[in-house]
Amino acid sequence: MAYALVAVGYSLVFGILRLINFAHGSIFAFGSYMVFLFYSLGVPMIPAILIALVLSGLLAFGMDKITLEPLRKKNSETITYLITTVGVSFIIQNTLSVQYVFTSERQVFPSTNVFPPISIGNVTIQSSQLIMFVVALILLVILTLVVNKTKMGLAMRATEQNSKAAKLMGVNVNRVIAFTFFMGGASAAIAGALYSGYYQVVYPTMGYLIGLKAFAAAVVGGIGILYGSVVGGLVVGIGECLAAQYIGSNVRDPMAFVILIVILIIKPNGLFGKKGITKV
Amino acid sequence: MKKSSNRILSTFESFCYRFRYVFAVLFLVLTFAVPFMGLSMVNIQLLTLIALYAMLGMGLNVLIGYTGLVSLGHAGFYAIGAYTCALLMTKLSVNFWIALLLAGVFTAFIGFLLGLPSLRLSGSYLSIVTLGFCEVVNMILKQWESVTNGNYGVRGIPKPTVFGFQLTMFNGWLLVLILLLMGITGVACLAMRNSNTGRAWRAIKDDELAAGMMGINTSRYKILSFVVSAFITGIAGGFYCVTRDYIEPNNFVFNTSILILSVVIVGGLGTIRGMIFGAALLQLFPQWFRFLNEWRFVVYGLLLVLMMLFRPQGALGWRSTQPYHLSKYARKMLADKGEPEAPQPPARQ
Repeated sequence: MAYALVAVGYSLVFGILRLINFAHGSIFAFGSYMVFLFYSLGVPMIPAILIALVLSGLLAFGMDKITLEPLRKKNSETITYLITTVGVSFIIQNTLSVQYVFTSERQVFPSTNVFPPISIGNVTIQSSQLIMFVVALILLVILTLVVNKTKMGLAMRATEQNSKAAKLMGVNVNRVIAFTFFMGGASAAIAGALYSGYYQVVYPTMGYLIGLKAFAAAVVGGIGILYGSVVGGLVVGIGECLAAQYIGSNVRDPMAFVILIVILIIKPNGLFGKKGITKV
Repeated sequence: MKKSSNRILSTFESFCYRFRYVFAVLFLVLTFAVPFMGLSMVNIQLLTLIALYAMLGMGLNVLIGYTGLVSLGHAGFYAIGAYTCALLMTKLSVNFWIALLLAGVFTAFIGFLLGLPSLRLSGSYLSIVTLGFCEVVNMILKQWESVTNGNYGVRGIPKPTVFGFQLTMFNGWLLVLILLLMGITGVACLAMRNSNTGRAWRAIKDDELAAGMMGINTSRYKILSFVVSAFITGIAGGFYCVTRDYIEPNNFVFNTSILILSVVIVGGLGTIRGMIFGAALLQLFPQWFRFLNEWRFVVYGLLLVLMMLFRPQGALGWRSTQPYHLSKYARKMLADKGEPEAPQPPARQ
């Protein structure tokens, strides 16, 4: 489910820009760090998460404004955007590991096990898992509502279909894209907080692997489709667990990519993907 | 301002073109002089890395710069090349030169296999598959313990020899070898770029549909581009394994792919000079800025971002203003077809 949470963010940005946002994993780590920072300063958990949410959103927003918007103005090639997000990811990740600001070592994160674990038969569910599941669902519903019901969502969908036409209709495309980045960043922060709450660690490179895997999940589900990324997240998560159980624990990590390649070859647009995405 | 700088570039290019044989000889002389220059170990290692990454960049450049297929998984090819070479040498005690060649051929074969889905997928989706490919290769290297020795990697890789003379990092001859390999690759890439194949590739990059309409077999050329790119990368991987005593799966991760990609982009997409410059810049940068300690990689990220903002075509990526040189072969072919001397377009690209 954690994959689903992160995958939603990828999906949002890719849906509009057709851009793989490599900085998403680092924003995820950033969000987690912010929660950790404010929590250790004595802010209670929920406000800490809210602050981190806003900060991460602003970070993603700023990244778009400072680095990507000038590129859009110049009509650059896709690969320049890609490298830019990689660069931003380097900046965030390594700033987090700088000694005087934070440390590069793993630190203990407060647990989100607020309730005692629930047992059904001989299966025990930790409350942090439950919270993760519920929050992911709520987040998905909120994001779907935003995309489908609000004026901003309408503008987002218009930009997705044809940004030039949307611009002609009076949509402020740059603002829409920046807003999308903000939402993506905010969802990454929530995912980061819950993920760290479950595993009880934070470290600067935590976003790296989960970012890649969540990305795979988003693609498996059909990138750009929000519920698709949740299904993709579940498929990848379950696939990993099954692989770890029956083949060996070493297979666990790359399993996401095996699933990804198989699905992409059978169904090039992902499980729920739309047809006809040919933009490079 | 812009005009005058263009003129300087143009003069510079025709100068380079006219004296290209002189430069080639100069390069060869300098290369063979390396072991006698008394360079320190650190510098030899640095130069080797630069040449190696320039070669990797050239490999990826065939794919991205010429054909326009973006691969994020070149570390996978690199790993296959290195492991093939290392395993052939340690387990079957094959001669280095044969192992190097076999590494290239085997990697090219894998490149052929990976090229197949490229016919079905386009754009970002292809990049994603190559990314997944890199991870899967990494998994196989870690999992297949009976052959690859898992996480511990392959140890005790012998050094290559020429008539009983050992090429090592210490006597500098490995640097000579990689410089030669890089030179050959560079010349081969330039030759390919201006051949029929290269023109077909660039046509596909500009507009695949139009290229298909002109009678170019796009599937064949796309796969061919994968094969060539994988071959070069495999050879580079084979070389990499002899510069070290052991290799492990962690040498070939996603970040390696990104580094190779950065070399190509920062240097200048589609150019050979750019690969060498990009490799030098990205390898020297962390060395020069050692005093920044942990901030080093933050600055590295900044460099990438600023580069994309202000010079997205890469440091040395400019459009050539030289007249297009048709090869003798192409001219002969046109003449055989009964067409008059091909009209010479004023500028290429």
